[in-house]
Amino acid sequence: MFLENRLAIVGVVMLALIFGFCFLGPQFYHTDQIHVNLGNENLSPGAGHPLGTDVNGYDVLGRLMVGGQISLEVGLAAAVLATFLGTLWGAVAGYFGGVVDTVMMRLVDALLSIPTLFLALVVVSMFPPTEAELILVIALTSWLTTSRLIRGEALSLRVRDYVQAMRVMGGSSARAVFRHIAPNAVGTIVVNATFQVADAILTVVALSYLGLGIRPPQTDWGGMLNSGLDSIYDGYWWQIFPAGIAIILVVIAINFIGDALRDSFEVRLQRR
Amino acid sequence: MIGFLIRRLLQAAVVVLLVTMITFILLRAIPGNVAVAVLGPASYRNPQVLAAFDREYGFDRPWFDQYLLWLGHLLQGNLGFSWTLDQSVSSLLGSHLPKTIWLVGVSVAIALVVAVPIGVWQAVRRNGVVDYTFTSLSFLFYAAPTFFVGTVLILVFSVKLHIFGPEGPQGGLMDDITDWRDLTLPVVTLALVTIALFSRYTRSAVMDNLTEDYVRTARAKGASGRRVLWRHVLRNSLIPIATLLGLSLPGIMSGALITESVFNYPGMGYLFFKAAEQQDYPTELGFIIVVAIAVVVGSLLADIAYAVLDPRVRYIRLWPSTWRPKTSCQPRSLPPQGSRPARPAACSCAAWRCSWRTGSRSWAWSCSR
Repeated sequence: MFLENRLAIVGVVMLALIFGFCFLGPQFYHTDQIHVNLGNENLSPGAGHPLGTDVNGYDVLGRLMVGGQISLEVGLAAAVLATFLGTLWGAVAGYFGGVVDTVMMRLVDALLSIPTLFLALVVVSMFPPTEAELILVIALTSWLTTSRLIRGEALSLRVRDYVQAMRVMGGSSARAVFRHIAPNAVGTIVVNATFQVADAILTVVALSYLGLGIRPPQTDWGGMLNSGLDSIYDGYWWQIFPAGIAIILVVIAINFIGDALRDSFEVRLQRR
Repeated sequence: MIGFLIRRLLQAAVVVLLVTMITFILLRAIPGNVAVAVLGPASYRNPQVLAAFDREYGFDRPWFDQYLLWLGHLLQGNLGFSWTLDQSVSSLLGSHLPKTIWLVGVSVAIALVVAVPIGVWQAVRRNGVVDYTFTSLSFLFYAAPTFFVGTVLILVFSVKLHIFGPEGPQGGLMDDITDWRDLTLPVVTLALVTIALFSRYTRSAVMDNLTEDYVRTARAKGASGRRVLWRHVLRNSLIPIATLLGLSLPGIMSGALITESVFNYPGMGYLFFKAAEQQDYPTELGFIIVVAIAVVVGSLLADIAYAVLDPRVRYIRLWPSTWRPKTSCQPRSLPPQGSRPARPAACSCAAWRCSWRTGSRSWAWSCSR
């Protein structure tokens, strides 16, 4: 089903190529991404530097690989963590219902009414982040939509016969949540997790772009765009386009995959 | 139903209260001592001064007292004081919020005007060239981070072509309205991303509505395709768009923050970003509360709009039933409700109902059993 979708295959191939580029690329294309080299700053693309160099003399192609590693790592890890947290929260709220549900979901409403970027900026400005903390901050600010979706699923799943039967046989609530509710909502979880990855990548590059993400000499795609913007009036396009296009390609690839996954999980749409 | 409205309002109030609690927790989580931060590191040598500061601003009280004190200040409109900018947060809001509202308002208005026709066009020419072109474009702009779009626009239109200014208008609100040359790029940046989102939703809403029974009915009654599309389908498709408008407010605010920092547009988002950079916590938290309240109010309005627009989920009645536009199946001259005969006391079964008899032109009680 999933593999019949041509866009999905395009997405998977694109994502595989980008992962290969970022994580295997540096093995074949060696560059110094730690020491500033003011001798060859802002070189335009040419021999030796296929995509030119940036304001600190770092090779842009090499930096694209190293920066991509952080963007992808943070995005993936944050999405996994957020999905886990959101699933747990939503499943518990939906399964128990009543007061528990109301309290838990109003908290979600309250957190949702603060835009992700604002909340993340506040936390990041209080505790300047390392990569691990960045993952934590993004996960903690983006699990909310997942929990809402899973809660909706849990509300309908908890009255199913198999859950009732399990309860009658003396199964615990924890068993219901972990063995019945969460596994049966797997379609929603997987599809949502896919889009979470895209959103998390966009959040991390936004934070880095604003200068409050990962600290130099480490960088990610957002940080590259940020330093590219400083010299935009000189027309150094090669400092802007590679990172921007990389972000767009990753997000589009993930969206293709997510759409295809949704189509293949939704039985209603299968006979189109 | 007034009940729905009251319940929804109470819910919004609870959410706002929770937001203040979250903000207060964030406020308390700030590393370091407020007194030292305000009075400078040298004040460590002078514990009496620190104690006096704590006493004056209530930092020596238990945290619950502090929360109530702070909440009381909030209710009076006192959002805090920015030590970094030496200004109260509400005065900062007063000077910067209108600019953000203007930017967001203009962008969203443009986005709606552009996105809805595009979405309808796509849905009508489904799986054709038009559809694929705009779908790819919306995918592209949906995936492109706001700051990249803004950066590219600056590079092309102001650095290369010198058509528009690279920075947003720097003056007051009047400046924003007159200085379209500088305002264009920020507005276009924010609008492009919003158009991508809205047009996708319009497309799917129109496509859903095109398969509804009423479309077939209208066509069977002889309505032209154009009339069905614009009179029936579009009006029904606008209902989910109204909801979407409320729900996408947080996202648009995040977009505004980035757009403003790309274009140095001195609105609320830019000020918030600067405050985060300079660790100006009172400004950050004051703004968070304001944005959160705006979002809560936005989604409240969206819910109410949904109830008003969609008769199937009419929770509230905005006008008394006698003001309702008369439909053709109602008798021309409906007598006032008072002229209904009293219900016969003899029968109390649920099947009894009072109805209008067109033949005798009078109200009558009848039992369907």
